[in-house]
Amino acid sequence: MHHRSLESLVSVRHLVDRVAVGVLVTLVASPVAGQGSSTTATAGQAASSYTAPRTPDGQPDLQGFWSNQTYTPLERRDGVTKAYYTPEELAAIEGRAATRESGQTEPGTIPDVHYDFTQFGLDRSQSARAENLRTSLIVDPPDGRLPEVNAEGRRRALEVAAAQERLGGRWDSAQANQLDDRCIMMAGVGPPMLNTGYNSNYQIVQAPGYVMILTEMIHDARVIPLDGRASPPGGVSQWVGLSSGHWDGETLVVETTNFNAKNPFRGSSTRMRVTERFSRVSEDEIAYTFTVEDPETWDRQWTAEMPMQRTRGPLFEFACHEGNFGLYNTLVGARLEEQQAAEAATR
Amino acid sequence: MTIRVFILTVVTVGLLAVTSAIAQSPEYRAPRGPDGRPDLNGIWQALNTAHWDVEPHAAGPSVVRELGTLSAVPGGLGVIIDDGDGDEIPYRPEALAARDENRAHLLERDPVIKCYLPGVPRGMYMPFPVQIIQSQQHIMIVHEYAGAVRTIYMDDHTEAPADSWMGWSNGHWDGDTLVVDTTGFNGMTWFDRSGNFHSDALHVVERITARSPETLLYEVTIEDPNVFTRPWQMRMPLYRRVEENARILEFRCVEFVEDLIYGHLAKQP
Repeated sequence: MHHRSLESLVSVRHLVDRVAVGVLVTLVASPVAGQGSSTTATAGQAASSYTAPRTPDGQPDLQGFWSNQTYTPLERRDGVTKAYYTPEELAAIEGRAATRESGQTEPGTIPDVHYDFTQFGLDRSQSARAENLRTSLIVDPPDGRLPEVNAEGRRRALEVAAAQERLGGRWDSAQANQLDDRCIMMAGVGPPMLNTGYNSNYQIVQAPGYVMILTEMIHDARVIPLDGRASPPGGVSQWVGLSSGHWDGETLVVETTNFNAKNPFRGSSTRMRVTERFSRVSEDEIAYTFTVEDPETWDRQWTAEMPMQRTRGPLFEFACHEGNFGLYNTLVGARLEEQQAAEAATR
Repeated sequence: MTIRVFILTVVTVGLLAVTSAIAQSPEYRAPRGPDGRPDLNGIWQALNTAHWDVEPHAAGPSVVRELGTLSAVPGGLGVIIDDGDGDEIPYRPEALAARDENRAHLLERDPVIKCYLPGVPRGMYMPFPVQIIQSQQHIMIVHEYAGAVRTIYMDDHTEAPADSWMGWSNGHWDGDTLVVDTTGFNGMTWFDRSGNFHSDALHVVERITARSPETLLYEVTIEDPNVFTRPWQMRMPLYRRVEENARILEFRCVEFVEDLIYGHLAKQP
């Protein structure tokens, strides 16, 4: 790569928004979408006659590589009132989105400095994904929308906004930047596990007494003990909370508490409790649902469904922080811009 | 497996045969998992000073005077197997000079200080727990430190698709021992906090064996012709974290080092 001047870094720095800068190799972009079951099994119903194979210790076997990439929004879009699209409507929506995501930039322009998502298989159309006719991931409330944030939630949101304001502009320091640009974590890693935007790939490995879920993006491994142990001490709060699980028949139920709320989910608090349910409903699909309770944010709980589709492995190491030239360079660029502005002012 | 690796393995087995009586209770037979393999599942941790220095070393002061004894170095007898060639790393002369240079610039150069992935084997003996999640196709090594993680592929062995910090691990069972062959390193990790290093030609063969209900024997052979005159070996027990509620917690250290790495680039008030 030829030397890039600081001036050009200034002009491209806004383009690194949400583009993690570590290894961008993905070995799992595999267009197996379309093999999935026609409609997603409803939460906890385990409607099909399918029974998952067993691990040697008798757990339903969820192991393998999975993707929760989707075109379905968390909340139902304005103007949409029904719960399901027809297959034709869904195909049209996905087609438009795929066209948008594969849009090419004009050679020689600043946006063209950015790499092409389709080239690396990072756009959604090339990712494995379960077909989902739902118009929103949220299934409860029935209107497909998040409950209204309560007074305590609104008060805290103001507090959080004020704290962010005190950090200054986004390019003032590393700490003022977004979590993913800082390589601390992908916001969607959860729990609840929403997809991470691209490379929304997971590896599940089971051993007696444990289920491990590895999220490709920034190598986040969640080790879930299944021994019914007591809740962890309240003094231990974590970015991803602390998870404990158990099997309810064919369904893995995972409860997570002890969040530090530094990666709030739609404004959630440290008191958020997430209950996730994983049921394998076919060879190629896991029905994944989650219920969020957080009395300091919403007066009622809410539930969403997000199917996981089998994809090809393996996952490659996502060393984000180690290669975070993006953050470094954008800070350099911002300081240079300030210096240039100061010099211009004195002239 | 290449012939080179095969020969190395034979040599390794030969060396271990001489010394394993010291390290392993000969009668111990690990409990079997449901698949009939020795059950290595658990949360494990080294209890030695290898993370400071894998070679024998006397106690020493902290490199940061202000920290007093907080990061002073405890002495250690070393974890390198002395097979008659000594208990120090067999560096090539120019590599030894580079190690000493590293040692003189620890704060700037030790990758772990910046929360970078620790590599192999360093992650196995840092003062953080490591969880083994043993399945049949994949065995996961999940480190508390920096959330580092490694997949050991047990039956779909492939070459490393690209170089990485934690390498690419293929595993197999040699009797009751899990043997892990790791290559594909990027050459940016170290062995310890004393500047001991390797290149991207590093080839690591780990042998993990249950030696009692609460301990594993961890043996590792290091090969890197760019840096060492011959393969060399380390050996240490790993201890089970026996607390009933033991678990891998978060040590998401990126935010701990942002001022160190980016602080000089922050906007000045």
